Amino acid sequence: MTKTAAALFAALSLTLCVSCARRDSGLAAGPDFQKKFQEALIAAKPGAVIELPEGRLDMDRALSLSVDNVTIRGKGIDKTILSFKNQKSGPAGLTVTSNAFTIEDLAIEDTKGDALKINGANGVTVRRVRTEWTGGPSDKNGSYGIYPVQCKNVLIEESASIGAADAGIYVGQSSNIVVRRSRAEANVAGIEIENSQFADVYENKSTHNTGGILVFNLPDLPVKGGGNTRVFNNEIVENNTQNFGAKGSMVAKVPTGTGVIVLATNHVEVFKNTIKDNNTTNVSVISYMTTGNPMNDATYYPFPEAIYVHDNTISGGGTAPSGEYADVLAPVVGKPMPAILFDGIVNPAKLAAGKRLPDDLRICIQNNGDANFMNYDAGGHFKHVSRDLKPYNCSLAPLAAVNLPAAAAAPPAGGN
Amino acid sequence: MLWGRPSACGGLPGRPAAGLIALTAALIPAACGTRSVRPHLTEPFPNKLSAWRLFIGDPAALKPNAGVIPYDLNTPLFSDYATKYRFVWMPPGTSATYNDTEAFDFPVGTIFSKTFAFPDADQGGKQRIIETRLLVKGQSGWVTLPYVWNREQTEATLDVAADPATVHWVHPSGTRYTIDYVIPNTNQCKGCHDRSKTVTPIGPKARNLNKDFSYPEGRFNQLAYWTKVGYLKGAPPPDRAPKLAVWDDPLTGTLDARARAYLDTNCGHCHNPRGPANTTGLYLTAAQTDPMRLGLCKVPVSAGQGSGDLLFDVVQGKPEESILIHRMESTTPKIMMPELGRSMVHQEGVALIREWIASLPGSCNAAKSGHL
Repeated sequence: MTKTAAALFAALSLTLCVSCARRDSGLAAGPDFQKKFQEALIAAKPGAVIELPEGRLDMDRALSLSVDNVTIRGKGIDKTILSFKNQKSGPAGLTVTSNAFTIEDLAIEDTKGDALKINGANGVTVRRVRTEWTGGPSDKNGSYGIYPVQCKNVLIEESASIGAADAGIYVGQSSNIVVRRSRAEANVAGIEIENSQFADVYENKSTHNTGGILVFNLPDLPVKGGGNTRVFNNEIVENNTQNFGAKGSMVAKVPTGTGVIVLATNHVEVFKNTIKDNNTTNVSVISYMTTGNPMNDATYYPFPEAIYVHDNTISGGGTAPSGEYADVLAPVVGKPMPAILFDGIVNPAKLAAGKRLPDDLRICIQNNGDANFMNYDAGGHFKHVSRDLKPYNCSLAPLAAVNLPAAAAAPPAGGN
Repeated sequence: MLWGRPSACGGLPGRPAAGLIALTAALIPAACGTRSVRPHLTEPFPNKLSAWRLFIGDPAALKPNAGVIPYDLNTPLFSDYATKYRFVWMPPGTSATYNDTEAFDFPVGTIFSKTFAFPDADQGGKQRIIETRLLVKGQSGWVTLPYVWNREQTEATLDVAADPATVHWVHPSGTRYTIDYVIPNTNQCKGCHDRSKTVTPIGPKARNLNKDFSYPEGRFNQLAYWTKVGYLKGAPPPDRAPKLAVWDDPLTGTLDARARAYLDTNCGHCHNPRGPANTTGLYLTAAQTDPMRLGLCKVPVSAGQGSGDLLFDVVQGKPEESILIHRMESTTPKIMMPELGRSMVHQEGVALIREWIASLPGSCNAAKSGHL
């Protein structure tokens, strides 16, 4: 048998074995591991479970999977480590383009580009997976840690992302998403939900990033109209790491020291979170105009609407604003910066009687203890700032919980 | 297996019109029968390239068997300056259906073969074949099969996840290079040959095939030749079919046409609304007319570090401020584009796109000051 045939045979028997018995599979650590792993990913049949051994497994090129209904399983989030420190080729660590994909109990470290990219899949489970750049924050790190894009039915849980030069846990252009009980640390953006519909982000800890949790809707992408996102029961604390994002990237504009940003997204509910000690501001709600970026996309809607920020525990922070807040706003409003900021820009065409948005599209800010607030009038060059919370003392109908298909456990009651 | 019968002669099908009989006959060797091309439509696929019988005689000479037609493209994909040999074969009695914009609709059993070779610097410039990629239309769709050649150049073996090959090669200018030539694994093949998640040929589109080729019997337009031998139906006369410029031949098109041809082939297979890079909203196919979709003043929403601290994909008149150039000039995995299939910078290709961007009128509104 030739070497290749032998390898193929090994990959095939691996697939067969793991589907029939709970025993350790043939994928052992060693110089051939990378090739055998990739061969197993290619030879896998739907339903296959690819078991990875314990240990640090060195990869020098990208891995990919395109077979539906495959599980990749390691021995533990700190026990099975796919290390890409010496990666020479390929844009990501592992790229997945198939449906019903599960990955669990392993780490992906030091990829040159993104760590785990899942593109266009229906059914994604990422469980107890850590993506990390082990040298700490650096603009040399890869962009995204856990990165599903254009996916449906996404569950990310008990996972961790550390050191991404863009976003640690980043779900883009997707729908039906749960991100829970995970940790995002030392990334530019901790957790980012972008141009996505129906997302629940809860019981996560996002800390020591530049910005903690971002809910964005951006122009020029094929999937737009992000919204229906709930961010609740998270700990979003001390996101004060100096921004290390690439200048052209959107997250490069995130002010160092930001807790939560809701950007141009509709129907977002931020509640029951602990948000503290984020040194620019704890929560900000802004339109795309405020970014200063040009808008050439006629189908894009740049205003945040139906935003409900309530029942959060917010404290500290605002003491060391950065970026434009420091240059322009802080001299006007003094320090510490208000805990909740709104840029004040709304769609003039939608203003109803009393120059207010219709009841179901308002910005409502309620029951956040003694967290202070400011509408900082970004549209009017900060001339008519207002600390008055009364116009925002309203409530919106709670958003429905995201229901994932049976494979993923249903999220707990939302707490409304 | 229908086509696998030894009696299935690999000779060309078709209804040769008067005057074409000689041409067709020339393609059918006397020794037909057991030596004809042997297609495989389902797994397991042959472990050896020779089992397909695409070539006859000295394997490394790539002399095509009966019915195996060489072809060429107006503007090919850059692959580390490799020399490429392309062939197509279709089962007797079948033909592809013409399409103006997409790859043709090919019959089950179609085999495309693309071989990559370099002048070996260790052997006085003698050609060394590295790999032959087969794209086969099997019973359940297209299959990608990478075969890696041995150093003796006598055989190539299927390797679905090959290691990179270290290649010492010498450029016609005399410069010697050593590269880690990346042989794509079958998933990576699919990564580029992906249209709405279905494996699809890239090269054999009307606009890229619409050119003359020197066959043993003489020089003919490829679309006309494929039609004449029965491999293609529904094609208009070549002068009414779309035609891509040759990227490095100014006689074939304007700077704009040549640059767009280059982007079409090198980027458009992923960067199109149904390709794997559709997440970016940057579309670089020949038919694209929306300036923003072509990257002009387009903010790179998800390029991450690939943006190189630049603000727009393409800034008219300013190649040095355009992310497109930054990524073409890189060989760093997370920055380089295309992200696969090259380990070197295509200097001449970059020069073309630089010239094109420099020629574009207009400017981008710099982002105003702002924040999140």
